[in-house]
Amino acid sequence: MFTEFLIKAGLALFILGNALNFAGLLTWVERKQSAVMQDRIGANRARIEFGSKWLSPVNWILGPLNALGIFHALADAIKMFAKEDFMPRGADRFLHTLAPAISVVFALAAFAVVPFGDVWHVGGRLVNLQVSGLNAGILFVFAMMSLGVYGVILAGFSSNNNYALLGGMRAASQMLSYEITMGLAVMGVVLCAGTLDLQGIVRSQSALWGFATQPLAFLLFMTAALAETKRVPFDLPEGESEIIGYFVEYSGMKFGMFFLTDLVETVLVACLVTTFFFGGWQVPYLLPDGFHFPWGAAVALPHTAVIVLGVTAFFLKVICFNWLFMAIRWTLPRFRYDQLMDLGWKILFPASLVNTIVTSVIVVMKG
Amino acid sequence: MGKPINSEARATETRSMLLNVGPQHPAMHGIVRIIAELEGETVLGADVEIGYLHRAFEKMCEQGPYNNAIPYTDRLNYVSPLINNIGYCLAVERLMGLRTTERCQYIRVIMSEISRITDHLTCIGATAMELGAFTVFLYMIKAREFLYEIIESVTGARLTISYARVGGLKADLPEGFEERLRDAISRTRKVLKEVDGLLGANRIFIDRLKDVGIISREDALAYGITGPFLRSTGADYDVRKAQPYLVYDRIDFDVPVGEHGDNLDRYAVRMEEMAQSMRIIEQALKEMPAGPVLVDREEKVIPAAEMVDEAKIGHTQGFKAVGVEADPTLEGTGRPFHATVYAREKNVSLPAKEDAYGNIEGLMNHFKLVMHGHGMRPPRGEAYFPVEGANGELGFYVVSDGTERPYRVRVRPPCFPIMAALPKILTGDMVADIVPTFGSVNMIGGELDR
Repeated sequence: MFTEFLIKAGLALFILGNALNFAGLLTWVERKQSAVMQDRIGANRARIEFGSKWLSPVNWILGPLNALGIFHALADAIKMFAKEDFMPRGADRFLHTLAPAISVVFALAAFAVVPFGDVWHVGGRLVNLQVSGLNAGILFVFAMMSLGVYGVILAGFSSNNNYALLGGMRAASQMLSYEITMGLAVMGVVLCAGTLDLQGIVRSQSALWGFATQPLAFLLFMTAALAETKRVPFDLPEGESEIIGYFVEYSGMKFGMFFLTDLVETVLVACLVTTFFFGGWQVPYLLPDGFHFPWGAAVALPHTAVIVLGVTAFFLKVICFNWLFMAIRWTLPRFRYDQLMDLGWKILFPASLVNTIVTSVIVVMKG
Repeated sequence: MGKPINSEARATETRSMLLNVGPQHPAMHGIVRIIAELEGETVLGADVEIGYLHRAFEKMCEQGPYNNAIPYTDRLNYVSPLINNIGYCLAVERLMGLRTTERCQYIRVIMSEISRITDHLTCIGATAMELGAFTVFLYMIKAREFLYEIIESVTGARLTISYARVGGLKADLPEGFEERLRDAISRTRKVLKEVDGLLGANRIFIDRLKDVGIISREDALAYGITGPFLRSTGADYDVRKAQPYLVYDRIDFDVPVGEHGDNLDRYAVRMEEMAQSMRIIEQALKEMPAGPVLVDREEKVIPAAEMVDEAKIGHTQGFKAVGVEADPTLEGTGRPFHATVYAREKNVSLPAKEDAYGNIEGLMNHFKLVMHGHGMRPPRGEAYFPVEGANGELGFYVVSDGTERPYRVRVRPPCFPIMAALPKILTGDMVADIVPTFGSVNMIGGELDR
């Protein structure tokens, strides 16, 4: 029992650490990738150097990292923590403090059901590389994402600021509109896989990945999920050039938590897209005993290697999607409120309904 | 005391929300305040408050000799300062009846058009940034940088250029200017093509701008709006065509006009205007003659070596004072009379530094122009000179009382009428449209508030 607990804690720490790590690195990726896209040099000023000449080998190792500006993520964190925690007059102290915590906690909690690897046979145990093998994992993910919106709304309402209020209102309606599409889009995948368990969904994609069987659902889900991350082109709750955002009255690490939430959600969405539509930890032609290529060649691999390959594949896919999301974020302009609603309710929602119905019919016909 | 409050009615009462956009707002260019009345996300009404950047430009111009106002004009529209410089000098030159040299006129045209491009680049880039397309903004700024480098090589500064002088220019073009400018233009064209690819067919961008910030042609004319903002409504008023100045009448270019007077048309007009400006620059580069860039007292240039003190050889009778009555109306300003006005002296150009330091005539010349109580003295009179600024008709109205200082300088800033019309334009749009519409006005605080 205690070992079980330790294993679960280890898994939880692993996924939590990875999620936070990815989110932290995304701040750097965001800087550097936008710089590359915009013909700039980008962040390269945060550096760690040691004065002592005995530590010069360390400096030598740190050199390229300094040049890449990778320590900006660290500098950001230090800055956020060192800043004054400002509380506007007339704000609700309790809710104002609670809001960022709600945001980030629920975003992180959703990672609990994301499977990042197959079942691992180790030391006579079966370790499911998923923190919690809920059989209604999808519902859990949606529940967590919906609850995360409360943070944004509360931030908007508790700040005693018109801009923040507008941001909160926008967030509420945006999340409501797009969650429905997201849920319906995933229904297609669920119907194909016949399970609500994320591990099961991944397993069902061993032959054909989800984006091939459910291309429309893939596009719909990705669009709606991007809207959930509240980033350009769906950054209406933030809209820094219009209403500055729901977090206008936040400073220091409370602001940092909102900032982090956006990035954590980006990672989460990347994980979910990977899980639902890109085969999760599946590697093409890799079966539990090794590679079996269609032209007949086969490479046998030990079990642990297969698991490691799977985990690596999962994270590589997540990284690719993060890149894609960053590229979208730095290319497109922002929607307007009514256009966002039009897109959500008049295009995406009917399309996802049609997708669900067509998929159901096909699934029933196939028997 | 008072009426009893019906609590039920109070509970259902709805009020519009007042949103204070600016003066400290991340998307306000310069400092201005828009008080918007909102019903949900719809703007019911707006009130624009200006004047945060008022620095008494017009009064400051009266404090010193004519040439001293030139650095102040840099700070009017600080995105296209060359046009302000040139506009002010043209107004004073009209007052004195001066005609600058051919080469100077061509250079002024080229520099004005470069400024127009930098201004439009900034404006479109900022509009895109306000819509969240930050990448486009940096592409535009990159293109602006190509042109700023050219401006820097010519004037020595990027922003506070102070390049024009009454009677000419501070200096001639540097060596290799033409090749560098052609290169910069071709690179700018590439950037514009890229940006057009990013925005021109971008559904989100078009939807955000189309049918937003509409003003009718009648309203625009009634408010006195000029420039790209007016042309987006379909009126083809362009000072360069309507009252050609410098050598614009010899150059072939089109005035792009829009149709609907919305933000998208303003974007399109500005994009096309940049292409036309490049066309103008290329023609001007081809036709530009060689020669001096400053005029002398007889509107001709004397080499410094031949310059002598006129009084030494007894040339005093030429200095006759001709009284020009200041016309209280503006009717007199366009009269051909001004072209032949015999200013007491038309010596407005400072001698080259090597002459000022190297020979007595140059030193005297310099002294006579810069010392207190001396300097250029336009005859009594008034002149209004409109130029096509990047935002519209930029007019300088200069009144002279015959002394070495202007009696009055008045600027007609092109974005002032647009700001007056802004509440009307904003009403009915959504709160998210305030900033893009405001961006399409291209308000420049320095010019608006003076």
